[in-house]
Amino acid sequence: MSDLQVREPFVRIVKRDQAPLSKHISVRALAILLALVLDALFIFFVTGLNPFSVYFVMFKGTFGTATRFSWAMRDLVTLLLIGIALAPAFKMKFWNIGAEGQVLMGGLLTALVMVYWGEKLPGPVLYLVMLLTSIAVGAIWGLIPAFFKAKWKTNETLFTLMMNYVATSFVACAVNILRGQASSLGKLNMATQIGWFPKLFGQRYNINILVVLILTFLMFFYLKYTKHGFEISVVGESENTARYAGINVGMVIMRTMAISGAICGLCGFLLVCGRDQTISTNTAGGNGFTAIIVAWLAKFNTFYMALIAFLLIFLQKGAGEIASAYGLNDFAASIITGVILFCILGSEFFINYRLIFRSSKEGKNDGERG
Amino acid sequence: MECAISLKHITKTFGSVVANKDVSLDIYKGEILSLLGENGSGKTTLLNMIAGIYYPDSGEVFVNGKPVEIRSPRDAYQLGIGMIHQHFKLVDVFSATENIALGLDAKEKFDLKQVRKKAQEICDKYQFDMDFDQKVYAMSVSQKQTLEIIKVLYRGADILILDEPTAVLTPQETEKLFQVIRNMRADGKSVVIITHKLHEVLAISDRVSILRKGEYVGTVETKDATESLLTEMMVGKKVELNIDRPIPQNPVKRLEIRNLSVTSPEGVRVLSDINFDAFGGEILGIAGVSGNGQKELLEAIAGLQTVESGGSVKYYNSEDGQGPAMEVIGKNPRVIRNAGIHMSFVPEDRLGMGLVGSMGMTGNMMLKSYDSGKALFLDQKSPKNLAERIKEELEVVTPGINTPVSRLSGGNVQKVLVGREIADAPMVLMTAYAVRGLDINTSYAIYDLLNQQKKKGVAVIYVGEDLDVLLALCDKIMVLCAGRVNGIVDGRTATKEQVGLLMTKLQEGGNKNE
Repeated sequence: MSDLQVREPFVRIVKRDQAPLSKHISVRALAILLALVLDALFIFFVTGLNPFSVYFVMFKGTFGTATRFSWAMRDLVTLLLIGIALAPAFKMKFWNIGAEGQVLMGGLLTALVMVYWGEKLPGPVLYLVMLLTSIAVGAIWGLIPAFFKAKWKTNETLFTLMMNYVATSFVACAVNILRGQASSLGKLNMATQIGWFPKLFGQRYNINILVVLILTFLMFFYLKYTKHGFEISVVGESENTARYAGINVGMVIMRTMAISGAICGLCGFLLVCGRDQTISTNTAGGNGFTAIIVAWLAKFNTFYMALIAFLLIFLQKGAGEIASAYGLNDFAASIITGVILFCILGSEFFINYRLIFRSSKEGKNDGERG
Repeated sequence: MECAISLKHITKTFGSVVANKDVSLDIYKGEILSLLGENGSGKTTLLNMIAGIYYPDSGEVFVNGKPVEIRSPRDAYQLGIGMIHQHFKLVDVFSATENIALGLDAKEKFDLKQVRKKAQEICDKYQFDMDFDQKVYAMSVSQKQTLEIIKVLYRGADILILDEPTAVLTPQETEKLFQVIRNMRADGKSVVIITHKLHEVLAISDRVSILRKGEYVGTVETKDATESLLTEMMVGKKVELNIDRPIPQNPVKRLEIRNLSVTSPEGVRVLSDINFDAFGGEILGIAGVSGNGQKELLEAIAGLQTVESGGSVKYYNSEDGQGPAMEVIGKNPRVIRNAGIHMSFVPEDRLGMGLVGSMGMTGNMMLKSYDSGKALFLDQKSPKNLAERIKEELEVVTPGINTPVSRLSGGNVQKVLVGREIADAPMVLMTAYAVRGLDINTSYAIYDLLNQQKKKGVAVIYVGEDLDVLLALCDKIMVLCAGRVNGIVDGRTATKEQVGLLMTKLQEGGNKNE
């Protein structure tokens, strides 16, 4: 073929067959290895540090001490819970970008009830009221865009996104009112600790961990084994098929978003009572957006979500640890974790496709083998 | 004979699917070659490689005796190869002239008048009809196809590839297209037609090449070929090509459609004032150029379309077809089901409406029954049993009942869908393009299933596009044209020309109904 003027294209992308599990694992392992090598080069040449000690410090970010591990778990469940909340909406192909706002609204209502009714209501009733109001407001926050989508087919991505800003403004306003003359809000009911979660095994947020653990199982079963879950799958796959099967599509959209929003509202409640004992515009802290990645990468399986959330938290903690241990600025640490994340996400492409280069004779033979 | 294109040992795979395996094929100059094969036999893939859409995994292509690499449609044009795809590639808001000009080289002068003059010459030469100022959105399917052909000729193609050109045409339009193709042959051009319609192959081509499951089977001179020989080569074994049509046994009225009108969300009246009856024990065929209201009609009856007030669809449940009728209009499919109306519907869009592609057979069986019972949880057992039964009885080829149905072949997808709909023991069975894209064996299996239902006393409604099949299978044929009933004819006495005419020409006071 050397006498041809026109040459074969330099590289072609060919879809792979269903790759076996061993292939999945080996591609991912290679991706992590590649990430570590790339990072080592970066660390060695740019920062002049020893890559191995940097990796060790990174590892310590999560596993260094029992307290560190416990903090990591606390942050993991926050991320995971929002991921769980997004799962039914995403499975329905309803792109709920508004978890941040739904969490904030849940937190806000919890905080308001805690401050204004804390002394008036008996303990158990107070928790119940905080729980119900936060769930209700989260559900409403999710229901509004769903209603417009079901009725007039508005774009839910923009709608839910905008609702975040509304929620943030509400919280900012409430914080200003609550702090009064003080320079900052501080912890709510600091003196009485009314409405705070009791300590369980030494930490208030252990209740959060417990609740999320239960919800992980519940959501998994809800999506997989219930009639609602089936309807969500059908609507997500094809609205026409859903109508054909006699499913009321608008109703399913609204119901599912109410559930999604309600779980976000619950997350706000857990954050205020169990973690922060206060409210601010940073209560959700961007978890509402990070959770989108978690839910998406896990393909809406809540158990995979736990794994992905762990990876993200591990990287985040590790980056923080590197930054403080070596006096690196945050950006250097972000590059290190960014490379790891990039390689892992990028490996997805090589699981689904392979490249054939011009010179490679094997490519052609490979094709023949089929 | 001189070869225009010569393919040597072409192989192309997609993942584990071998679309073409070691295919060698010659296309002569000045001939019409039919490429015949069942759906999925790799016809389109093979010719897409000549047209530069795909690139072969291995093998060589020779054009006019010289080895070439065709990496893109642009390369193909430079070699004088033009392909007219099944889905037209035209800009809707442009006029015919502007669409032709789109293909000009950047170096050429952009002169619409010149383009038009040259295009007109092409039209005169091959006897096309074309209004060059007409916008594409205002054109009929056959006009769009003509425009595509002119576009390709304008760019100087000597080798034309037409992918299933007659699938969307009426018999009259097909004859016109064939005449044009013969004119092109007379001018020395090579024309390749991809098709699976045997009588067209015999009518138009000089030679027929046959592919089966991606492999080259052989080439025969058309003058030596017969339908049964070609079928045998195509399928790999002898196939009985007769469709059974038992005489209807005491038909009773099952459906009564009166004054049914539908206006689309865009405000177009897609169905106006439809009146007809469907009888148990009969197959009622619905013919028409696609897009003339067939889809809306079936969806309206199935409870999936909003209809204008005044329309009614009455369903008769009792044995003798008398008794109280149930109104279907105004109910959604679930309400219809729960009201005891036994109506099944095999929609045109199998994976987009009838089934959920990402679910296995079990999940798809659940679609119609999942909401039965009061429990919160799904009953997985009876759908699973049903799936097993259908897999067995209809010989569905699938790795397992939980394999996503979108991974099954078209024929097996349809078996799953039809199987589920029949399992409901319907009184009325509506099917839209039930054999579209299916191979001969599966098509005949589907005709058999429909006939079985007919013998059971089910009122079968069969929306079809192949007139030969409609005329062989149906007891009555209702022809839709522009959303109206343009006539109902007896399937045993009607001729193809008669139906073809009803499909295209609205009769005076065409809404008559005997």
